Amino acid sequence: MEVIKTSKLTKYYGKARGIIDLDLTVTQGDLFGFIGPNGAGKSTTIRTLLGLIRPTSGSAMVFGKDITKEKGAILSDVGYLPSEALFYHGMTVKDILKLSADLRRTNCTSEAKLLCERLQLDTSRKVDELSFGNRKKVAIVCALQHRPALLVLDEPTSGLDPLMQKEFFDILRERNREGVTILLSSHVLSEVQRNCTHAAIIRDGRIIACDRVDGLSKTSIKRITVHGVVDLEHLTGIRDRKEAEGSVSFLYSGDMGSLLHALSSGRVDDLTVMEPDLEEMFLHYYGKGGETI
Amino acid sequence: MTLVKHELRQGKASFLIWTASIGSLLAVCVFLFPEMKGQIDSINDAFASMGSFSAAFGMDRLNFGTLIGFYAVECGNILGLGGAFYVSICASGILSKEEKDKTAEFLLTHPVSRTRILTEKLIAVFIQITAMNIVIYALCVGSIAAIGEKIPWKELDLIHLAYYLLQLELAGICFGISAFLRRGSAGLGLGLAAMMYFLNLIANIADVAGFLKYITPFGYCEAADIVSNGGLDGVMVTIGAVLSISSITIAYLKYTKKDIH
Repeated sequence: MEVIKTSKLTKYYGKARGIIDLDLTVTQGDLFGFIGPNGAGKSTTIRTLLGLIRPTSGSAMVFGKDITKEKGAILSDVGYLPSEALFYHGMTVKDILKLSADLRRTNCTSEAKLLCERLQLDTSRKVDELSFGNRKKVAIVCALQHRPALLVLDEPTSGLDPLMQKEFFDILRERNREGVTILLSSHVLSEVQRNCTHAAIIRDGRIIACDRVDGLSKTSIKRITVHGVVDLEHLTGIRDRKEAEGSVSFLYSGDMGSLLHALSSGRVDDLTVMEPDLEEMFLHYYGKGGETI
Repeated sequence: MTLVKHELRQGKASFLIWTASIGSLLAVCVFLFPEMKGQIDSINDAFASMGSFSAAFGMDRLNFGTLIGFYAVECGNILGLGGAFYVSICASGILSKEEKDKTAEFLLTHPVSRTRILTEKLIAVFIQITAMNIVIYALCVGSIAAIGEKIPWKELDLIHLAYYLLQLELAGICFGISAFLRRGSAGLGLGLAAMMYFLNLIANIADVAGFLKYITPFGYCEAADIVSNGGLDGVMVTIGAVLSISSITIAYLKYTKKDIH
């Protein structure tokens, strides 16, 4: 069953581009990653799906219901985690969770308690006093406490420490196993690679690729920068090589063992191994630079 | 009614401060009256010599020596301005604050229709205005009784009713404005309230500007007219009601289709 289906969904803010002719399908039980650089249109897509903004043209269905006509019915079974979690001044965490549940006309006290314990969230504190990460936890509980069938998560892990990120993804996987569909928007590629089954890449308002993630994660591409003198000539899997005085930087998708071997036989003053940024990923997988596919 | 309760809780501090300030100022003024009464001849002379200044506040047609004359002028300035400022801040922020404080994403992704949100917020504004007026009215009656004056029920009721209607009208207009704003609502609301107040002063001073009374709600709050006519000007009140209701309607039309950022 298709939980989310958009067809030719387009949104312009005046003349500014939001998303263009977006076709996206997320099936039930999927953990779907939505990747793209900032400003690519991820949030616009999500906000349109949730009825915060109206599409300029095209249409979208959630649970087979039209997003502009049956918004209430859709939202009652959706949990949304905004990228920037802000709440009303002067309210305690407990008040916020209660307000959210009341607005849904449900009682989620036991589920909320469970989630707060797992995320180590103190419900007696005022939301104004909370750090960014702790406010995020409040938003997570708000999104999960009514046990929705669809979770829409916009940059969910920003601000969470690694332990909390792990706990959060554990919860997501548990929910996913119970049949909950999850749309996870992120600009952190590794997060999507580790957790999602399908992913779509959005760029300049258009979907440029949509596929299973295991295809993407078979090769773990890294951006390597070496200061010193090393011989890289016999290595395979090197792309986008940039030489500078005393250093070399390249994208590497080959065997790690042979790379380490090559490095150890040379002279290395400094070495950095980074996740490639998305632009580099596009270059690697889609090979055509800025062109859309 | 979850949102009504929520709004009332959110607006509690502002409500208490404004109600206490306006109420206590009015009471203090009433307590000054016995002293004023003793010096009434010199005061009336002084006002008579101030020309258009006293006309601006309707003091040329009211007898300061009577409680209602004194009360009408004091009340006109304290309850008129104070009340207008409070309701315009309250109503102009009621919708726009969600986007300003970035809580709109939280609120509007719950299964509550925009129409319902508008209605509950409107009810919350209405309750706050009504509660403030009841408290202030009670304080006024109490303080007049405390200084041992006979309570001029009819005039007092009419003056307070006029200001209550003024506040409802302004709130309606500001609610309409609020649907369009994304930030910075309080300044606009205050500016509108102040403008309405000064339009009435101008109308009082210059006869050619008399038509302004039909635009500003302070027109039907003119205590001198209320006391001498024994009633409110129906035409002005009707114009006000139409303005207010149209503005609220526009708010519904706009906000149910608005893109929330």
